[in-house]
Amino acid sequence: MPDTPAANAGPPTPTPSAPRPTRDGRFGDFGGRYIPETLMNELFALERAYTEAKADPVFAAELDALLLSYAGRPSLLYRADRLSEELGGPTIWLKREDLNHTGSHKINNVLGQTLLAKRMGKTRIIAETGAGQHGVAAATAAALLGLECEIFMGEEDTIRQALNVYRMELLGATVHPVTSGTATLKDAVNEAMREWTRRVDDTLYVLGSVMGPHPFPVMVRDFQAVIGHEVRDQLWARTGKLPDAVIACVGGGSNAIGLFHAFVDDPTVALVGCEAAGEGVETGRHAATMAAGSVGVFHGMKSYFCQDDDGQIAPVYSISAGLDYPGIGPEHSWLRDTGRARYVPITDEQAVSAFELLARSEGIICAIESAHAIAHLVAEAGSYPAGGNVVVCLSGRGDKDVAAIARYRGKDLHE
Amino acid sequence: MSDIARAFDHGPAFIAFLTGGDPTIEQSRQYALALIEGGADLLEIGIPFSDPIAEGPVIQAANVRSLTAGATIEKIFGLAASIHAETTAPIVFLTYLNPVFHYGYDAFMKRCAEAGVSGLIIPDLPYEEQGEIIPAARAHGIDVITLVAPTSADRIARIADDATGFVYLVSSLGVTGARSEITTDLGAIREAIRARTDTPVAVGFGVHTPDQAGAIATQADGAIVGSKIVSIIAEHPDDAAGYLRDYAASMKQAMVSALAETSPADAAGEQR
Repeated sequence: MPDTPAANAGPPTPTPSAPRPTRDGRFGDFGGRYIPETLMNELFALERAYTEAKADPVFAAELDALLLSYAGRPSLLYRADRLSEELGGPTIWLKREDLNHTGSHKINNVLGQTLLAKRMGKTRIIAETGAGQHGVAAATAAALLGLECEIFMGEEDTIRQALNVYRMELLGATVHPVTSGTATLKDAVNEAMREWTRRVDDTLYVLGSVMGPHPFPVMVRDFQAVIGHEVRDQLWARTGKLPDAVIACVGGGSNAIGLFHAFVDDPTVALVGCEAAGEGVETGRHAATMAAGSVGVFHGMKSYFCQDDDGQIAPVYSISAGLDYPGIGPEHSWLRDTGRARYVPITDEQAVSAFELLARSEGIICAIESAHAIAHLVAEAGSYPAGGNVVVCLSGRGDKDVAAIARYRGKDLHE
Repeated sequence: MSDIARAFDHGPAFIAFLTGGDPTIEQSRQYALALIEGGADLLEIGIPFSDPIAEGPVIQAANVRSLTAGATIEKIFGLAASIHAETTAPIVFLTYLNPVFHYGYDAFMKRCAEAGVSGLIIPDLPYEEQGEIIPAARAHGIDVITLVAPTSADRIARIADDATGFVYLVSSLGVTGARSEITTDLGAIREAIRARTDTPVAVGFGVHTPDQAGAIATQADGAIVGSKIVSIIAEHPDDAAGYLRDYAASMKQAMVSALAETSPADAAGEQR
């Protein structure tokens, strides 16, 4: 490890840009609070509670203690030499969120929100989940902090991710399969929102991504920003440099925002989001919101969405249940429209190949979601400076995906 | 005076909702006219949406039926225009914001005006976000109808101050759908609204029986029924007209009778 004076001094602090979001929850024109009247006072109460908690050193200390002693932070920043050599471009670093307790970055956010729920006097949390990672994390935090927990999960996803359903039940949560609409993540969000309007007094809806009405996009970002802040310090300590690029998969976009946030004000650091192109953007069977969507208003926010000519939300598809969502968080839409970040579509086939490559070259079985970010480097490693450093967020581990990948490759496993 | 105000001129208003295009455009036209014949004072047409987050299972299913049968926004505009041509009852749309946003606020309002639609109810557009739609609505004479919920508390005054058309008072927590009882103190919320505005107040969510409608008639200016009407259509997709006419008549009658017992002048629609 280099022991330069610069490294000892720590990474530079960039000149901060104007605060995002604005007081009414806007990132440019994106964001807002497009939600039924029944929930409005609750959203304001949540915003007040969050603002107070954020300024309270006791809350910060409680959260830090849980992140350190329970979630296992800081997560490793691992230099993937064999993968780097194989791809022949920059040095690739992997931010190992897959090594967190519960196996993904989702724990960062749920510990924050669940602590906040307790602070607000709530006795019950509800959450949506796609792949099950957020659901498992929410059920875990609820078990740890003694809260009742109900999870809404598309029926399709309960089948694709049956093990995670059982995990949540082991953790004491009730899992509600959602059969409406396309029976996937968006429908799980619909149902969780409906449930929140039914029972709002004692319940916090612990949203799993940087989406939904204000204050969720900013609150979830802040809880996930630990990812990028750690990367900044860790890479600086190892190289005395900032990364040339930071790369993450995007569904709603929480691990990506968590990684990007510490670097948004560093113009030399490229921000790249990798979205699910399913069977290909041109086939119509995809979840590539940025490549194929347009601006709309849904799930409480103005942002980009996959939709048809009548503004009906489009059915989306991805091999990855966690990216199988027709929208994206409003801050991503702002990052895209301002040109600060770019978003690239990655097909199922590219993601599965990257999943296999990472397993073979580094001995790491990552989540199929995270494999979309690796796949971007497989496709474009040469576009980054040789001798440079790029950081990929390995948002989750891949145990949950092994059977589905085997099926994709034509092998039927009996678990 | 808003076009919608006429609906409250004949005693307590019975406001009937159906999902446009459920089960077909032509049948929903017939069913809407049957509801008006039966006594509905105002017609609320739901524009079907893929993800109706404020709706319970009954209206969700109607949205699916309508979209599956091929309903589009243009067809719903055509439906509204064809109903408007045959009746004087005011018509409003219930729609989620995205179809309106996607159509373009100004273009959408213009089409509403052309089709004889007087107002819009948008469950996912709360008071704070209405600024982006109000100028276009005003330019074309369309009322944006705001909702007040049991949780609105300190927000009621602001919402009431700017209310146009009528105030949609959500009776209960949760989503649309029949409820056996409504526990919210509607009278108190009604008074808080009345303290700020003369705009009429209509109560919806959970209302389905004549008894409930009668009780609401004594506390508010109108009752809104959706899920019950949609379930009658679901039960009798090909011949719902007679059932709907009878149902609307029973609801309107219950409201008029209930009010007559407490306030005979109001029941006859002699004063507002």
